[in-house]
Amino acid sequence: MQKQPIFRSKLLPYALVAPQLAIVLIFFYWPALQAVIQSFLLQDAFGLSTSFVWFENYVELFSEPAYFETIVRTFFFSFAIAASSLSVALLLAVMADKPLRGGAIYRTLLIWPYAVAPPVVGVLWVFMLHPSLGVLSRYLRAAGIEWNPLLDGDQAATLVILAAAWKQISYNFLFFLAGLAAIPKSVLEAAAIDGARPMRRFWTVTFPLLSPTIFFLLVVNIVYAFFDTFGIIDTMTRGGPGKSTETLVYKVYNDGLIGGNLGSSAAQSVILMIMVIVLTGIQFRFVERKVTY
Amino acid sequence: MALRHFGAAAAFAVTVGLTASPALAITEIQWWHAMTGANNDVIVKLANDFNASQSDYKVVPTYKGSYPDTMNAGIAAFRAGNAPHIMQVFEVGTATMMAATGAVKPVYKMMQEAGEKFDPKNYLSAITGYYSTSKGEMLSFPFNSSSTVMWINLDELKKVNAEIPKTWPEVFEVAKKLHDNGHPTCGFSNSWVTWVNLEQLSAWHNVPLASKANGLDGFDTKLEFNAPLQVKHLEKLVELQKDKTYDYAGRTNQGEGRFTSGECAIYLTSSAFFGNVKAQAKFNFTAAPMPYYPDVKGAPQNSIIGGASLWVMGGKSADEYKGVAKFLTFLSDTDRQVYIHKASGYLPITKAAYDKAKAEGFYKDQPYLETPLLELTNKEPTENSRGLRLGNMVQLRDVWAEEIEQALAGKKTAKQALDASVERGNTMLRQFEKTAVK
Repeated sequence: MQKQPIFRSKLLPYALVAPQLAIVLIFFYWPALQAVIQSFLLQDAFGLSTSFVWFENYVELFSEPAYFETIVRTFFFSFAIAASSLSVALLLAVMADKPLRGGAIYRTLLIWPYAVAPPVVGVLWVFMLHPSLGVLSRYLRAAGIEWNPLLDGDQAATLVILAAAWKQISYNFLFFLAGLAAIPKSVLEAAAIDGARPMRRFWTVTFPLLSPTIFFLLVVNIVYAFFDTFGIIDTMTRGGPGKSTETLVYKVYNDGLIGGNLGSSAAQSVILMIMVIVLTGIQFRFVERKVTY
Repeated sequence: MALRHFGAAAAFAVTVGLTASPALAITEIQWWHAMTGANNDVIVKLANDFNASQSDYKVVPTYKGSYPDTMNAGIAAFRAGNAPHIMQVFEVGTATMMAATGAVKPVYKMMQEAGEKFDPKNYLSAITGYYSTSKGEMLSFPFNSSSTVMWINLDELKKVNAEIPKTWPEVFEVAKKLHDNGHPTCGFSNSWVTWVNLEQLSAWHNVPLASKANGLDGFDTKLEFNAPLQVKHLEKLVELQKDKTYDYAGRTNQGEGRFTSGECAIYLTSSAFFGNVKAQAKFNFTAAPMPYYPDVKGAPQNSIIGGASLWVMGGKSADEYKGVAKFLTFLSDTDRQVYIHKASGYLPITKAAYDKAKAEGFYKDQPYLETPLLELTNKEPTENSRGLRLGNMVQLRDVWAEEIEQALAGKKTAKQALDASVERGNTMLRQFEKTAVK
């Protein structure tokens, strides 16, 4: 069958895409290009002296063992955040999907945290778990746990993961809920008639049918953990203690804006960009095939 | 820039025509700062008073966030070609600003060109030394200066029958007593961990933090604070951290509430903490000089300043500089300095203002406000106590704090932590040296 031309004018489709294209060009391609250029330069903070140094910024970065530690840490954070927020959100969604009295209230409350800005999330958790001010830390201390995220790196990391995951649960919950609603009841009923118990029904029917949602959320969550946790880290720990909560994005900010080392900061952004492109590429290419639709 | 301003002014003049008021001749002077609360009120009042005192210039103060935020905003604005005239930069940004020849206008030069009367000798050298070249040329104008003091909760000390400690061993002893009697979570603590425990500690004991007079004599400076004194001090803190006789309170001043709430009865931090202490502390307090190690010969030496100074940005017109110069003269006025001192707790920067405050008996009721001045002028400054000028200082402090945190957490020994601080810091200094304008 021959496709009907929807647009009479040849220019109209381009004109309609133009605003979107302009936004992408101005806010993505242009700064990205600038970052690439900057990464080959050695420049003082004021931009008064500039010299072209080829790959020196990259070489220096990779000769720094701390950089590898930051990469490993970032991946660990991402998986920890994605895994915990996805599993909790799935559990909550399955529960909320059941016919409940006042279900709408539960659902609304569960979606609420998504409206909170990351730095506010950081401040909230800091207040609850501050070693000397926090309400929760008082209970922890009463329970005999030596709670001091100002000095204990593992505790600080836990705190950041907790806060970041908490914020993302709402978003995941929303998608899972939609995903669950799209699963045909007849399939589940058929499984029930065949004698499958709820757990078995979940793992053999619901979970596979949810896999596109899970896959989509996994990508979104990892990207979230890579980039959007900046506000949480900045308000909670500023990358400390030691370097135990410094992720790649935080290092970009720290080296570039605080340290005034724009070349290295730009090089790190470029590497980060490549990482995310590769990550997304791999997932869409290989993982997508295994996802049952 | 100037041309564009002229164009805009001309266009405006034409539209307004003959009704043009004298207000048109006013030159605006942008002043970016990082002051909040009561200190912000002081800034606004200073600008208003200046604007009311004459009709040619108008100072417009704008709050730009924290110290690093303000500096970054200024740098970004400079790159975009619209820097403010005056920018408040904290002391650790000094090396970065100094290295930016062309981006800044040295204050002594601007005053000379504007024909303002300006004698560097009128200012307290302990303060201006930090912002001057080795030849004594003032590069920036000290605005708000402070120093490290030891805040003491007198009521709590009385409860354990302790005198105000003078030396570090005495501090440890009193802290132990406090810890065992009602302060299990904090015997003593401090803000600005590196400023207090490395930078001030070194100056106060006349030992170098870095070579080349702590960087004042050149960007090819090397860090040297992994020496016995600093290692010994950190070892002691690590030991006391174990049972919280000392308890770490973070890198910046976020832990200061622990003093005003009464949790920590001994707390080392900036003298500028005064405003908050006065407003919040429900106990008798004072500020004592920093403690010292009595076995170090010649200690205590003198302390160095903290706080911020006003940098004049480059590339403005002669008329604009004239206004800035007039404003700086206005700020140097003795009565005005006394006012700033009293209102904010920051130190007066001229000798005349210090003398006047003394003559008024200001320190009789509040002796703790003189403590930082006594510390700063305790002895004639040496190579090790004139000040610091290290590039990338903001990030250097973070690196040092990271290492100290690892030592306090027991992951490294004090010596290992300071060795690593020095090594990582030196790498950053070399990086800065490469990019600094020669």
